Amino acid sequence: MKFETPAKTNPIDNLKVVGQPIHRIDGELKTTGRAMYAYEWHDPNLHYAYGYPLGSSIAKGRIKSMDVAAAEAAPGVMSVVTTLSVGELGKGKLNTAKLFGGDEIQHYHQAIAVVVAETFEQARAAASLIKVEYQEESGTFDLAEAKMSAVKPKDTDGAPPDTAVGDFDGAFYAAAVSMDETYTTPDQSHSMMEPHASIALWHGDELTVWTSSQMIDWWRSDLATTLGIDKEKIHMMSPFIGGGFGGKLFLRSDAVLAAIAAKATGRPVKVALPRPLLVNNTTHRPATIQRIRIGADKSGMITAIGHESWSGDLPGGGPETAVMQTRLLYAGENRMTAMRLAELNLPEGNAMRAPGEAPGLMALEIAIDEMAEKLGLDPIEFRILNDTQVDPEKPERPFSHRNLVGCLKLGAERFGWNDRKKPGARREGNWLIGLGVAAGFRNNLVMPSGARVRLGNDGVVNVETDMTDIGTGSYTIIAQTAAEMMGVAVDKVGVHLGDSRFPISAGSGGQFGANSATSGVYAACVKLREAVAMRLGFNSDDVVFENGEVRSGNRSVPLAAAAGAEGLVGEDTMEWGDLTDTHQQSTFGAHFVEVGVDLATGETRVRRMLAVCAAGRIINPITARSQVIGAMTMGVGLALFEELAVDTRRGFFVNHDLASYEVPVHADIPYQEVIFLDETDPMSSPMKAKGVGELGLCGVSAAIANAIYNATGVRVRDYPITLDKVIGDLPEVA
Amino acid sequence: MTYASTVSMKVNGERRDLEVDNRTSLLDALREHLHLTGTKKGCDHGQCGACTVLVNGVRINSCLTLAVMHDGDEVTTIEGLGQPDNLHPMQAAFVKHDGFQCGYCTPGQICSSVAVLEEIKANLPSHVTVSLTERTRISEAEIRERMSGNICRCGAYSNIVEAIVEAAGTRA
Ligand code: FES
Ligand code: FES
Repeated sequence: MKFETPAKTNPIDNLKVVGQPIHRIDGELKTTGRAMYAYEWHDPNLHYAYGYPLGSSIAKGRIKSMDVAAAEAAPGVMSVVTTLSVGELGKGKLNTAKLFGGDEIQHYHQAIAVVVAETFEQARAAASLIKVEYQEESGTFDLAEAKMSAVKPKDTDGAPPDTAVGDFDGAFYAAAVSMDETYTTPDQSHSMMEPHASIALWHGDELTVWTSSQMIDWWRSDLATTLGIDKEKIHMMSPFIGGGFGGKLFLRSDAVLAAIAAKATGRPVKVALPRPLLVNNTTHRPATIQRIRIGADKSGMITAIGHESWSGDLPGGGPETAVMQTRLLYAGENRMTAMRLAELNLPEGNAMRAPGEAPGLMALEIAIDEMAEKLGLDPIEFRILNDTQVDPEKPERPFSHRNLVGCLKLGAERFGWNDRKKPGARREGNWLIGLGVAAGFRNNLVMPSGARVRLGNDGVVNVETDMTDIGTGSYTIIAQTAAEMMGVAVDKVGVHLGDSRFPISAGSGGQFGANSATSGVYAACVKLREAVAMRLGFNSDDVVFENGEVRSGNRSVPLAAAAGAEGLVGEDTMEWGDLTDTHQQSTFGAHFVEVGVDLATGETRVRRMLAVCAAGRIINPITARSQVIGAMTMGVGLALFEELAVDTRRGFFVNHDLASYEVPVHADIPYQEVIFLDETDPMSSPMKAKGVGELGLCGVSAAIANAIYNATGVRVRDYPITLDKVIGDLPEVA
Repeated sequence: MTYASTVSMKVNGERRDLEVDNRTSLLDALREHLHLTGTKKGCDHGQCGACTVLVNGVRINSCLTLAVMHDGDEVTTIEGLGQPDNLHPMQAAFVKHDGFQCGYCTPGQICSSVAVLEEIKANLPSHVTVSLTERTRISEAEIRERMSGNICRCGAYSNIVEAIVEAAGTRA
C-alpha cells in the first residue's frame, strides 16, 4: 500500500483499542525475568563457547605484530582469532569505522582479537595474555583545535549542509536588537543498560545470530557484507533489546566477532562487549560547537536568524546535524544555517536519540531565552510571536499540522509560569529557585514498513514483522493496531518481532518506528480483511470487523469461522508518497522545568518537570508517556552530568563505564508530568500518528539551563552545567 | 592446582549444587550455570544494579561477589519472586505503572525495591532519613535515595517510584 493522499476515516478511527491506555503485553515477561535478551538464548542441546574481545590500546596506527602463544596455551582456550589472522573483511555500508580485520587501527578500543574458550572466565583471562606491538601514528582528537580545518560536508539524508534565505548579514547588522553567542555540547554516550551482545551458530554455510539490534535488516545486510556472504544465508533474531537510543542502529563488532569465532571453532559462540570496552568500541553522539546569531525588531519579530555548527568524525563520517531545527522552528525573513565537519580520530560519531535536534535545541533554546530577555519579552511570548505555519525557508510548503503555540500556552497555565520571578529573585532557605521553558521540536520521519498477519481458525490474529521493541512499546501498539483492524480484543492478537524471517519493517530509530510500523501492520490487515471478505463473498466496501465477527448487511460470521481450516494471511508493506515533501511534518512540544540551585555549592536539583506534546494521534498513552518521561530523564543527564571526557593526547574517551559517565539515577528525577494535546495528523499516515520518543528529549536540557539562569542569573553556554561552572558567579550568601 | 570449587546454594527455594571456576561471579553462576537469566549483566563492575538479587534476604550486586563465597546461602532471583501467572505484588505494580521500558534494568529494580521496603521496615536509616531517633518512614525521597544504585537508562524512574509506593501499600 502506498500512502499518497491524506488519510480519510478508517477502522483505526473507531479507537476501541488504539488510543486506549493498554498495559504492555510483554510486561509480565519483562517483570518476571522471562524476556530473553541476546546473550540469554539457551538450547540445552547446544554446547556454547565464550568469546571475549580485546580492544586496541592506541587510537591510530597499525598493528605490527600480535603474540597469541600464551593466550592459545591458556586453560580452556579453543581459538584466538586476531584482526591480523582473519585478514581484511568487508565494511558495512552504514559503518564508518571498520569493525574487525586488517592491521589498520582507526580508533581506540577497536576490536583486534577475540579469544574463544570453554568458559567466560577462561576467555577473559586469556585475552589479557595477548601481546600487541603497534606502530602508533599521531591523530587529531580535539574539536576546538580541529575546528579551523573543518570543511563543508556532503548532504546528510538529502539535506544540504548550508542553507540561506534573504540577506542574513544585512538584516543581522541592521537589527534593532541582536545577539551572537557560541554554545558547546560534549560527546555523549548512549549507555543503554544491555551491552551489545550476540550468539552466533553456523550450520554449513548458514549463519544464525541472536543479537541486540534496533534494525534487523540493516544489521543483516551489513553483517553479510562484512563477512562476504549472501544475506539470505543469515538468520537474525532480536526479539528483546535492552535499550539502544541509536547505539544499536548499525552493525557492531559483537556480531562480527561471534560469527567469526563460531566459524573458527565450530561451536555456538557468545560474545558480549564488556562495559569498559563498549564506549570506545561503538559509537557516540559527537560534540558540537554552535554559533547562533539572532536579530529582531523592537517588537520582537525575528528579522535574521543564523545557526552554524562544527562537529567532528572519523574520515568518511558525517556531521552532527545540529542546525536542522533552526531551518524550521521560527519565522524570520533572513536566515542562514551551516554545518562544518572536522576530521577527528576519536571513535565513530553517529546517531544518538534525536540526532541533530537534541544538541541543536540545547543551544538554540538558550539563545531564544537570551534574546527574549534582551527584548524585554517573556520567552513564551517571544516564541509565540515568531511561530510559523509554513517552512520558513520555503514558504510555499506548509506544516501538515503545527500547534507549538498550544503546547506553550497549556504548559504555561499548568506549570504556573506566571509565578516566575526575575533571575535570582526567588530563594527558599539555601536554594535559589528558577523556572525555565524551551520549545520541543523533532521531525516526523516515515520509513517503508512491512508486516504479515495471519488469522487462525481459532480466531487468533498473529502479526509477524522484523520490527523491534527497544522499550518503546512496539509489541503493544502493534497488537492494538491489529486488534482494531480485525475487530478483536488485544488478547486475541499475538505479536512476533525482531526476526529476519518476517517482512522487513521500519525498525526502531528516528522516532519513525511507531507510526511507520503500525502503518505497515495496517496495510497487512487491509489485505487480510479483503481476503476474509472475499472468502465470505462479502462486499468489501460495507464489511465491518467488530467483536470477533465479520458483518455485511444483515449477515454476520464469527472471524474464526471465516478463517477456514487453513487460516488466512495478509501481507503488505506500507510505502510513502510525497506528502512529506509537499508538507513539513514535525512534532512539537513545550518543556517546563523548575530547578533549585544550592546557594553555597552551585549544585542543581530538578524539582518539577512538565512536557506538553503535540505529536498526532497517541496510539497508547501509557507507552507514549513512558517514552516522553524517559527522554526527559535523559535530558536531565545531558543538561547536568553527561560528558565523555576526551584524552586529547591519547585519543579516547576516558570515562568509559557507568561509574564515570554519569547518567541520571532515581535521586535526580522528580515526578514528571506529560500532557498530550488531543490531535490527529491525517497527512502522516493512516494511523494519523507521529513519533514521540525523541520529541521528549528535544528542548529539555535547554529548559533546565534556562531555569538555572532564572534561579541564579548565571548563564552557562557550555554543557553539562556542572556546579563548577555556576558557583563562581553565584550571588553572595546573605 | 585446581581452579574450581563446588558450592551448594539454595536458589529460589531449591538446593543447587554447582562446580564453578573460582573466578565465577554469583551473577555468572546464576546466568551461565543455572540459566536463570532474569538477573541481568549491565556492567559486571558494580556500577548499575541490573544484577541485584537477594542473598539471605539482603540485596546485593551479584556481579561483585564470587559464587564460591555463597556456599550454604539462600539466593532469591527475579524468577523466584513471581511468575507470569503469579506475579509478586511488586511485579504487578511495575506492570500497572509501566515502571520499565526495555526491561533490562527491571529485574534488578524489582529485587532492589522489595529489599528497600524491608530495609525501611527494619528501621535502617539512609542518607535522606531526617531523624535517626525516630522510625524511618516510607517516602518518595527515601525510595529515590535507596534505589539510586539501580540505573534505568530508559528513564522509567518516575513510574518506578509510583509502583514502589503502591506496592508498599502506603501513601507517601
Ligand atoms: S552488572 Fe552488577 S552492578 Fe552492573
Ligand atoms: S527499562 Fe530500560 S534501562 Fe530500565
